[in-house]
Amino acid sequence: MANDTTPILEMRGITKTFPGVKALSDVTLSVARGEVHAICGENGAGKSTLMKVLSGVYPHGTYEGDIVFEGETCRFRTTRDSEERGIVIIHQELALSPYLSIAENIFLGNERAKGGVINWAQTNRQAADLLKRIGLDEQPDTKVMDIGVGKQQLVEIAKALSKRVKLLILDEPTAALNDEDSAHLLELLRSLKAEGITSIIISHKLNEIAAIADSTTIIRDGQSIETLAMHGAEPVSEDRIIRSMVGRDLEHRYPDHVSTVGEEILRIENWTVHHPNDPNRIVVDDASLNVRAGEIVGIAGLMGAGRTELAMSVFGHSYGSGITGKLFLHGKPVSIKNVSAAIEHGIAYATEDRKHYGLNLIEDIKRNTTAARLTKIARAGVVNSAKEITIADRFRKDMRTKTPSVDVQVGKLSGGNQQKVVLSRWLFAEPEVLILDEPTRGIDVGAKYEIYEIINKLADSGKAVIVISSELPELLGICDRIYAMSQGRITGQLPRAEASQEGLMRYMTMEKSGATR
Amino acid sequence: MSASTTLPAPASSPGSGKKTTEGGSLAAYLGGNLKQYAMIAALVVITLWFQFDTDGLMLLPNNVVSLIQQNAYVFILTIGMVMIIVAGHIDLSVGSVVAFVGGICGLMIMQWDISWPLAVVLSVILGGVVGAWQGFWVAYVGIPAFIVTLGGMLLFRGLAINYVGTTVGGLPSDFNALANGALPNSLGFIGNLDTVTVVIGALAALGLLVSQFRTRRELIRNDLRTEPFAAFVGKLVVGVAAIGYLTWLLANSAGGMPIVLIIVGVLVLLYSFIMNNTIFGRHIYAMGGNLPAAMLSGVKTKRVNFLLFVNMGLLAGVAAVITTARAGSAVAAAGQNYELDAIAAAFIGGTAVNGGVGKITGAIIGALIMGVLNMGLSITNVRPEWQMVIKGLVLIAAVAFDILNKRRGK
Repeated sequence: MANDTTPILEMRGITKTFPGVKALSDVTLSVARGEVHAICGENGAGKSTLMKVLSGVYPHGTYEGDIVFEGETCRFRTTRDSEERGIVIIHQELALSPYLSIAENIFLGNERAKGGVINWAQTNRQAADLLKRIGLDEQPDTKVMDIGVGKQQLVEIAKALSKRVKLLILDEPTAALNDEDSAHLLELLRSLKAEGITSIIISHKLNEIAAIADSTTIIRDGQSIETLAMHGAEPVSEDRIIRSMVGRDLEHRYPDHVSTVGEEILRIENWTVHHPNDPNRIVVDDASLNVRAGEIVGIAGLMGAGRTELAMSVFGHSYGSGITGKLFLHGKPVSIKNVSAAIEHGIAYATEDRKHYGLNLIEDIKRNTTAARLTKIARAGVVNSAKEITIADRFRKDMRTKTPSVDVQVGKLSGGNQQKVVLSRWLFAEPEVLILDEPTRGIDVGAKYEIYEIINKLADSGKAVIVISSELPELLGICDRIYAMSQGRITGQLPRAEASQEGLMRYMTMEKSGATR
Repeated sequence: MSASTTLPAPASSPGSGKKTTEGGSLAAYLGGNLKQYAMIAALVVITLWFQFDTDGLMLLPNNVVSLIQQNAYVFILTIGMVMIIVAGHIDLSVGSVVAFVGGICGLMIMQWDISWPLAVVLSVILGGVVGAWQGFWVAYVGIPAFIVTLGGMLLFRGLAINYVGTTVGGLPSDFNALANGALPNSLGFIGNLDTVTVVIGALAALGLLVSQFRTRRELIRNDLRTEPFAAFVGKLVVGVAAIGYLTWLLANSAGGMPIVLIIVGVLVLLYSFIMNNTIFGRHIYAMGGNLPAAMLSGVKTKRVNFLLFVNMGLLAGVAAVITTARAGSAVAAAGQNYELDAIAAAFIGGTAVNGGVGKITGAIIGALIMGVLNMGLSITNVRPEWQMVIKGLVLIAAVAFDILNKRRGK
């Protein structure tokens, strides 16, 4: 519990301007010693910028305002300066070297060495101690690429601890984690708190914030709106935080929608997929499912359940090897062995990883919009640029993508707006079946609502929609029917009326006997 | 083209009060296009420097003609190289391919009694076949292009030495004129100026004006960002003046319009169009920008890669013909370091080291910078070893400027 002495960190009147944009405007943040302090805000509100100011990514002099840490005004010029004072930031994208061992990663840039020669005994022993402290049951010499993303997150924390961290900053630490790993991480934060380590956590997941934070500062449009004490007289509800984040009431988090379900469009039967590099490993095991026109079907599952692998293998065998099983479109068996054939057959897949598999970030909006079906606006291989602009602009308006024009680089857009470009691309391809993999990952609450509305509109226009999501409330909120996957198999299917988080979770954790992995 | 009616008053388009469509102040606009203008500025500064340093020798009409003829192979090769690099590959073999194809071209004409026009066509096709060989390994087997073309560098040099052996000389003068000759002065002279050259220059200037006004009108009609009107007009004035000056120089030269400049000009226009306006071009940029995303958008990446190398081979075939014609003989040692010239031109011209970004016109400017350096240093009697040192430093400086400029922009 936060004690009443001076705060460990005070940021006063922080203003940070980029050419043409005021990213932060007179932001105040006060963090008490030993607390878990959450920072909430929509994407693009300025949370990450604020943390970059604090950690010295933006050096002193490039912003206005004061940073007072442990009573001293700090002028960090690099992240090294802030780390020396005990402020360590763990970024959304993990900064680990996959081919190095856990121990090497922990002490990277901070090696246990004498005269430039590494002391391996000390390295591994201290790493083992740190791993024990964070409750990670792995050997220090295991390569980082051989452990899951949840454990990698813990290695990052171990690395921070090795630097004698006093203030730990986590930027969206659970965004890529499944529920189990997330729970473990939160538990770890609690025990670190017991050791006296203060943390700042940036998160979109309000239930997590409610569970762990002692106080929550809300940032909206580059300004600090308010700081809520989470353990005050009256409990702070999620809706209360959302209202403050978006500056308006969100009556419902999911739009009302009644689907008009038509004929079956896509069906797969006995679909089995093997790992691309290890043909003996079964990733999707004898899966069967169908989706009808106007229907929104969800696929629930924990990380590694095979949801993305299933979707991508259906999308023109873009994942996996040794794929067997039948695929029917409108009841007729079809064979679709590459992505362009899948697109021609009216299947679209919007990836869960926009930045790496979805968008060409150095290209502009219009070219990203038309990328999947250039033939539609081309004659004899020559693209009609005027038509392209018109089309991209129509999607910009329909989707309410926030951008001055369609020749803006996609890399400069916020997550929500990038996702709208991804959706524009796949709508432009005019699919009948639209597979959306984590369509709202890393997107703020307001934009999520808009994405849901777009999904509903798609279903209303007669498209068959499959939504893969790790957020069960989201699936329950928008889907007509939900499949659950576990260990590559489809373990259950529930209509919306009968589905609950608990029910789905039971299917999602169902073990199979004689599992191959 | 009624240019006057399409003249957009600078204040008329942002009538909505949004300044996002009009590029803001001139200074801001120049800042955003710094790289592009820095390259052109560098070219101008280097040229003027040598012009003064050599007391005007640099820009004598006949020197300008030989600058174009000497560097024709770089212009041709760098077109293909930009495309390869934008897609995220590299081609180290083009110098050896030039020697191999050029050698076979010489053999075809001198020993196999094939007429030279047919030999030219067959040589370009042979280049394409060589490209298909390399493209096969890169695209369908998945060997990195660096390795395949490193192998190709040895392979085709070896074949060239084996088949061409000593020099195959005595090529017909009509053939040699492809590289060294000029268009016939069939329209007579205006004073001292070759009329054919003047006509072509005028057409080029007109073409520039028409295409620029069209593009601008299209942008404004769609409410897209345009450069400030002052910059637009300034650019056109400079462009027309440059074409005019070059035309004047060429028309004053001994021969008139070099044939090879026509070849290069057509290739530059054709490939700029391919890169900007065709699906194939789009797919190249898409793959260089984000390969997995391009795959998942249905781009047939293997086919694009294959075609890229076939295309590079075809252009290497053209370059081989020009190189052989320029020398008047086929030599197994031809084309030494041509790959480095082409790669350097592409990078100096602003092609991104990691792919995804690059323009053919930029690479041509890069090639011109290197060419002017070559010629200027030679005229001023700088020793070849120091020429190499200087060119190496220029390459590093150009890419460093690019990277620092990008960092500053963030």
